Amino acid sequence: MKSTRRDFLATAATAAGAAAAGELSAHAQDPETAHAHAHAHQAVPSDLALRVKSLESLLVEKGLVDRAALDALIDTYEHKIGPRNGAQVVAKAWADPAYKQRLLTDSNKAIAELGFGGQQGEHMVVVENTPTIHNMVVCTLCSCYPWPVLGLPPVWYKSAPYRSRAVIDPRGVLREFGVELSDDVEVRVWDSTAELRYLVLPERPAGTEGLSENALAALVTRDAMIGVAKVLPPREGATK
Amino acid sequence: MNGVHDMGGMQDMGRVLEEKNEPVFHHPWEGRVFAITRSMSAWRKWNLDALRHQRELIPPADYLRMSYYEIWLTGLLELSVKFGLVTREEIAVGKPAAGSSRLSPALTADKVPPLVANGTPASRDVPVAARFQAGQRVRARNINPVGHTRLPRYARGKQGIVERDHGVFVFPDTDAHFLGEKPQHVYTVRFSARELWGDQAKPRDTVCIAMWDDYLEPA
Repeated sequence: MKSTRRDFLATAATAAGAAAAGELSAHAQDPETAHAHAHAHQAVPSDLALRVKSLESLLVEKGLVDRAALDALIDTYEHKIGPRNGAQVVAKAWADPAYKQRLLTDSNKAIAELGFGGQQGEHMVVVENTPTIHNMVVCTLCSCYPWPVLGLPPVWYKSAPYRSRAVIDPRGVLREFGVELSDDVEVRVWDSTAELRYLVLPERPAGTEGLSENALAALVTRDAMIGVAKVLPPREGATK
Repeated sequence: MNGVHDMGGMQDMGRVLEEKNEPVFHHPWEGRVFAITRSMSAWRKWNLDALRHQRELIPPADYLRMSYYEIWLTGLLELSVKFGLVTREEIAVGKPAAGSSRLSPALTADKVPPLVANGTPASRDVPVAARFQAGQRVRARNINPVGHTRLPRYARGKQGIVERDHGVFVFPDTDAHFLGEKPQHVYTVRFSARELWGDQAKPRDTVCIAMWDDYLEPA
């Protein structure tokens, strides 16, 4: 009987991962990606759930944390802060050339004009995609990400495959996200090693001249603001 | 520290797996770990650099096996014990030891919005001379500190060009070890992908890395 470690992991990922992580994209079903997925979710959730519950009650009893504050923090990042913030910034930059100029020269101040800023976005740098430069953001050392404009990072951004490959094989990674770039384009990868947090200003798609800022914002995806996707024109529908 | 967390340029880690309609937290416990970590940091017993370093100290095989918030949980527990906020015995039983002191006040819900909105800036308004300027050719130093560093291995010894001076920031290599903030300039340094990876890279491609003064020497 031929049973490899990869088969085992693939099976484990199908059982535990599917239950734990919800719907996966179609290519998750091949063993290669199931393997990667198994790395992300190998821990047994119930054991961790119990450990964390026990820790929380200990810390509450010792006066070290306040349950209402924990709830408020979770609510903030589940419901109030996310990629729609960044999409508003991008849409305004597309619609208003003066704002775009401010955004590229003093990103913090321009983002604050829309009411965004703070934790893990204290030092923002906005980088602009053009027909000849494609920017893409990674944190090879941990998981640095511009929270005030994009929310908390997705699992793939924090995963070993992305952190390892984004700097050495950015075009290979982009291809997996469906982005193929010619050799004439400079792929410029930003490794978030310091407290600077990067937001990609994607190229405005053709055919959007008459759109309002709100309609433009609806086209902008999280992935485009990380730099692993392009923003598609309205008729092709939103990117993932 | 040349740890497994320093992943830039490693190969055979597999494909990047994107999940459709991914939730912010996959399980309630992940949200609790996130919020507990943020709350516990408000005691200011440690700083963000120390927290990052604590996660890097997780043994490599465990680091690769663990999910993201399990790494967070492990780092938080280690620091909480190290700074005497809890004991391992208390964690094991989930109850405060008899007679243990109760601290207060913890971060309360009304303090969450200002905490989130203000953040914790790492820039420092102190007069420190910049050692380099935009346009200058530099080399990332070939250093291999056993402690915390934000100079990734793949850039060490490589030459690049200073693009922009971002001003003065806390230096993580000392801050993580409570040896002072040692504020210094941080620059964007642009490296050609060919300088980093050789001929397999496309000639136009580049990697921009934020670098502190102490990471650089003139080239």
